[in-house]
Parts: sequence; structure tokens; C-alpha cells
Amino acid sequence: MATKKTLEKSNISKNDLLQYYREMLLIRRFEEKAGQLYGMGLIGGFCHLYIGQEAVVVGLEACTKEGDKRITSYRDHGHMLACGMDPKGVMAELTGRAGGYSRGKGGSMHMFSREKHFYGGHGIVGAQVPLGAGLAFSDWYKGNDNVSFTYFGDGAANQGQVYETYNMAELWNLPVIFVIENNGYAMGTSIKRSTKSVTFFGRGAAYGIPGEQVDGMDVMAVKAAGEKAVAHCRAGKGPYILEMMTYRYRGHSMSDPAKYRTREEVEKIKSEKDCIEHVRDLLTQGGLASDEELKAIDKSIKEIVNEAAEFAKDSPEPDLSELFTDIYV
Amino acid sequence: MATEVLMPALSPTMEEGTLAKCLVKEGDKVKSGQIIAEIETDKATMEFEATDEGTVGKLLVAEGTAGVKVNTPIAVIVDDGEAYSAAPAAAVVAAVLAAPVAAVSAPAAAVAIVSRASADWPADAPMKTMTVREALREAMAEEMRANPNVFLMGEEVGEYQGAYKISQGLLDEFGPKRIIDTPITEMGFTGIAVGAAWGGLNPIVEFMTFNFSLQAIDHILNSAAKTNYMSGGQLGCSIVFRGTNGAAARVGAQHSQDFAAWYAAIPGLKVAMPYSAADAKGLLKSAIRDGNPVIFLENEILYGQSFEVPDLPDFTIPFGKARIWREGSDVTIVSFGIGMKYALEAADLLTKDGISAEVIDLRTLRPIDYDTVLASVMKTNRCVTVEEGFPVGSIGDHLASTIMQRAFDHLDAPVVTCTGKDVPMPYAANLEKLALLTTADVVAAVKSVCYR
Repeated sequence: MATKKTLEKSNISKNDLLQYYREMLLIRRFEEKAGQLYGMGLIGGFCHLYIGQEAVVVGLEACTKEGDKRITSYRDHGHMLACGMDPKGVMAELTGRAGGYSRGKGGSMHMFSREKHFYGGHGIVGAQVPLGAGLAFSDWYKGNDNVSFTYFGDGAANQGQVYETYNMAELWNLPVIFVIENNGYAMGTSIKRSTKSVTFFGRGAAYGIPGEQVDGMDVMAVKAAGEKAVAHCRAGKGPYILEMMTYRYRGHSMSDPAKYRTREEVEKIKSEKDCIEHVRDLLTQGGLASDEELKAIDKSIKEIVNEAAEFAKDSPEPDLSELFTDIYV
Repeated sequence: MATEVLMPALSPTMEEGTLAKCLVKEGDKVKSGQIIAEIETDKATMEFEATDEGTVGKLLVAEGTAGVKVNTPIAVIVDDGEAYSAAPAAAVVAAVLAAPVAAVSAPAAAVAIVSRASADWPADAPMKTMTVREALREAMAEEMRANPNVFLMGEEVGEYQGAYKISQGLLDEFGPKRIIDTPITEMGFTGIAVGAAWGGLNPIVEFMTFNFSLQAIDHILNSAAKTNYMSGGQLGCSIVFRGTNGAAARVGAQHSQDFAAWYAAIPGLKVAMPYSAADAKGLLKSAIRDGNPVIFLENEILYGQSFEVPDLPDFTIPFGKARIWREGSDVTIVSFGIGMKYALEAADLLTKDGISAEVIDLRTLRPIDYDTVLASVMKTNRCVTVEEGFPVGSIGDHLASTIMQRAFDHLDAPVVTCTGKDVPMPYAANLEKLALLTTADVVAAVKSVCYR
């Protein structure tokens, strides 16, 4: 595997690596289960799975501290699990039940947790970018050193409000990390068909914002880049752009014609670049973990996901009185 | 244990599909996440992954079969080493039964309708004369002194001292961290302000005019207004969007639109549209303290007009309470914002014809004080609404429908709605005059409902 790095070259411990393995696997198994529940009709509407991109959120969450904020678009389940939200509450929101994070009123694309500083879950492509800079504005205003992780895709990267935000974020020195999850496709449109200059991180230069491209399939590379960006922001140097080169294995949403890319392309990335297999190989080949240890982790993750699914099926639908609550504070 | 693999639903509306390809055969070992089949519908093709490890025990539906209903078992996966038996597998059946939805718009119960209008300040309160402009500035300054998390952002609010001088002097008092000049990027700075509100601040966003709020309307509606609901009450957004609204004079179609009915249509927003300086001050202070997004619609022509304002240290006006400007017995005129100018002028003129008009200023359009309007109509039995906005889907339309539903038996004439004309605002002086609402329009409407 071309991206493989040995642990000796990094400052990542065995325990860190096991933790990343666990967190990435949780997201993958959770998403597979969500796909299954969707197929059974238990999840409705739109459902966008994060399978393939797990290293991005897991690597960046490893750089956060209490009070840091995160916001993303509608492909958001992975971000929620990575920042420590309860899989039961997330799955129950997907099934539209009272036990969900939004008590069933938000759904897959609209979930939030004040406690974990997760600010959604937004269904309008690109809207989360100024919103994330606004979260950073609140920390700048209060004078603390917290950072806002503002995630968006290569599709959103062509929205005008992204560049309005770049301008103001640099102008006002806001502590925001713009994380572009470049999975190559805006729904079914490859970046080659949507975008003339294809290095998204480089667009920050026009506003004076530093940035870099990162192998988003390598959790250690993600973490290393994340640490650099976080240090920049916490030091009061303003925004930073991380362009994560990643890949989505599944369709854009559950109904996807799968005509805009070849199966060979998907299979090649799965077999050569998979972020979970990468860490698994590092752990086993380096003698850091036995097959039994990893199997035990797999089993515990499966149990967590099954419990979340059971909770999401058993949780009641919201009371009908909920129709008219929460419109105003 | 054997697990049945069910025909999946691929979209919110899918009921059946074609098992286009089967990528495994009986006896194959499968891993979780492995693609085992391709499902096609008229809309999409999806690869279908195994969710459990095991061995394909039996394929129940042949490749190429069309019209397979969602949730039909298509294969059975057995644990490694286990043999397939035809006994029923542990299928998980989705029982998604739509709960019956209770009627939510049942006719209102017969409760006594009592006007909510009452005095806004004690009769012996000291008064001072000030313009609407000064009242708005004083409201912001007082709230900024009281709460360090309140700040103002917008185009030209700082060094220029406000395009309409509402924020004049505030930069000197509060400094550039709290009086923030933005680039001309309404969508961007509105999104930033909404994010800042979620982060615990209390932004006041000034739109140079509400016409420019259209550049930012996605954040006002989709980000600010809906998120508290979508988050199950976790993420309220304490923010005020304010600025001049409606027609000024000779500025053409793009700068002359009243957005009252637009924003009042949105659950999750509150909307205020004051006429007097006292209401401008009292309502803006309430708006800044409110935990919800508030649309605060001002008017350029009213900015320079003077009114009596109570000289009290902490004077506020609550939302959802109309003001009765003058009592009358023959007809109820309901208006708000600059429409009140025409309503009051008309009421004066009508006395010459012996018509006694009751004039109500709604002051806030979300919430609306229905009870004060209904109580008045039940007394006068006639109603005319007055607003500057377009006629289709106007506030007047909404009031007429409410009055018809809740006070039909009290009406002696149809409710007449006075609005701006159904045209983009023309530039030519004579055409503009024709497009705008006038006092004469209101007088004529009142006479028509009085059959005079």
C-alpha cells in the first residue's frame, strides 16, 4: 500500500491506533446497518452514508479539545459518531423516533448536540461554511482558543458563499479549519466535469489562507495535518484549509444510478486504499495486535451497532403533541 | 443462525424492483460489506451489501426477476458451517405503521375573544420627543450596554455611521469589535451571524435594505428559523435582522418591496414592523432580548418622523400585542408600519363624512394579535386592512380569512384589503404614485364597506 507508514515514523502509539481502528470501524458498521434499516423501510427520506471516508473525521477528532466545535453537511453520521455522540440517539433519529437526538424532528440530515458541540447536519449545500465561521466568530469574540471544524465537500466548494466566508474569516482572523472532503464526486458529477482548477485547498491563497492537500484515506496523515492546522488556529493566526482526498464507496444517497463511475474504480480504491484495512495491516503486521484482539474489537463494535439498531426500532415515534413544540425557544 | 436477506427499499417511494444481478452463489462465503447483488428500479441501480458474515445458504429469487416487492426475502445467509434449512429464518419485518394524525386545524373552540390591547406605559410616565431613527439607535445602544454579547454587523454600520444613520455614533461608544463593518456579502455575513448566535452571542444584523436580504434568505429561513425545531429544541438562535423595508421614493423596482407577508409566513421567525418611535424602541429592545430570530422591518420615510416616547429606563413593548390608536364604532382599519400613516389620515378624513373608524396597529406580524382585531370587528362589523405590500398572499388576505372563519356572523360587509398595486415599482414619478397605496385608497375602501 503506497500510503502505508510505519509507526516508528510517527508519534502515534499502539493505543492511539487501536482507538482509530475502533472508531472507524464503528462508523462503517453503523452505516452498513443504517443502509440495511433503510432497505427495510425503517429509515425514510434521504440517507447519505459515510462509508469509505472514515479516516477524515476520526483523524481530525483526534486533534480536538473540549469546547471545539464541528459542523458539516448532510453526510453527517460519521462526524456525530466520531465526536462521541451516542450511536443509539443517532440511529433513533434516522428512524424518526422519540429517542433520537432531535426527538425525531430532524432526521438523517438534521441532527445536533449542544453537549458535544456538534452543530449539524445541514441540508443546504455550502450553508454550513459561513455558519461554521460564525461559530469560530463566537470563540474569537469571547477570546478563547477553541477551533471550529467546518466540513464541506468538493461540490460545496464551488458555492459562492464559501468564498465570501474565506474573505471574512481571514479578514477577521477567525479560528476556523475549513475541511474539504474531496471524494471526487458532487452527487454524480466528477470534479473533472464541475471544476476547472481542481486543487481546492489552493483557492485559499487568493484570500491569504494557508492550506494543504492530505491523504484522507490515511488516518495518521489526517491527524498530522489536523494538528498543524489546529496549532495555527489556536495561535490566533486565523483560518486554515485542509483538502482531504477521500472516496465514498456507496452511492450519493440510497438511490444512486451508479452510472457515473466504474465498479473497477470503486474496487481499486477499496482494495488498495481502504482506511480501516490500512490500520488493520499496521496493527497486525507490526505485531501490535493479534487477530484475536481485533476480532474482539469487531465483535464489540457489532454489539454496539446492533444495540443502536434495536433501540432505534423500539423507541416510540414522537408524541403527536411534538408537532407544535420547539418552533420557538 | 440463519438470516434472511430482504429486498431493500432504495428510495422513499420504492415499492418493488428488479434483482438485476446476483454476485454470489449458494455456498459462497460473504463478508460484512461485500456486494452481493445489484437492484434496479426505474430511478436507480444500487449495489446491495451483506450486513453479516456467513455463507449463502439459499438464493430465493432468481437473477433477473422483476417486480420483487420490498421486504421479500431474496436470500438466506447461514453461519459458517451451518446448513440451510427451509424452516423460517429469523426475518426482521419492518412494521412502519403511520400513526393517525390528529386534525390540527379544527374550527376554533368558542372561547371569548378579548382584546389584548392595553396601555404600553403608565399614564404619568415622563415623555420625550424623538424620531424613529433616534429611537432605534437608543434601543440598540441600551441593549449593548446591558449585554456584552450583543453586537451589530452590516454594511456601513461603523465608519460610515450607517447608510441611514441608524448606527450613528455607535462605533465611537462600542468600538470596532462590536460595531462590525462587513464586506458586501449578505449571504456570507448572515451565515456567520447565525453561527455566532449558536455560539452564544446576540447578533444584530443590519441589512442596508431588506431587498438585499434576498441574498441571505436561505440563512434566515433554513439556518436561523428552522434549526430549533430540527434540533428538538437544542439550538435556538437569538438574532435580529433589521433594516429599512418597503418603498422609499423613486428608487425603482429592486429597492422598493415590502417583505412583511414573506417573512410573516415562516414558522420559527418573529416579525415586527413598527410605525411609531415608541414602538420602534420598545419592540427592538424586546427583539434583541428574544431567544428567537426576529425580522425587524423599518421604513426609510418614517426614520425622520417624530413621536412621543416614554422616558423610562427599561421600556419595552411585548410582541403579539396590537395597539388601538383611535377608537371608533363604524369600521375597523387594521394596519402596521407605514400603512398606519394612511390609516390614521383616512380615519381623520372620514370623520367629516360622519364615519367613526377604529384604527389598530398590529405592530408585530408574527405573532399577530388576532384577538384585538376580532374583538374590534365584532364591535364595528366592518374591516379594511391597509399595507404597502403586493396584493397576492398579503397580510390583509390572511386577516380577511381569519375574520371570515372566526367572526363571519359579525360581518356586515366583506373585508376589503388595501395593498400596493400588483406591479414591480415603476421609476417614473406619476407611475410610482399610482402603484403606491394612498390615503384616498383607504378612504374609498372604508366607504365601500360602509355602503356609502
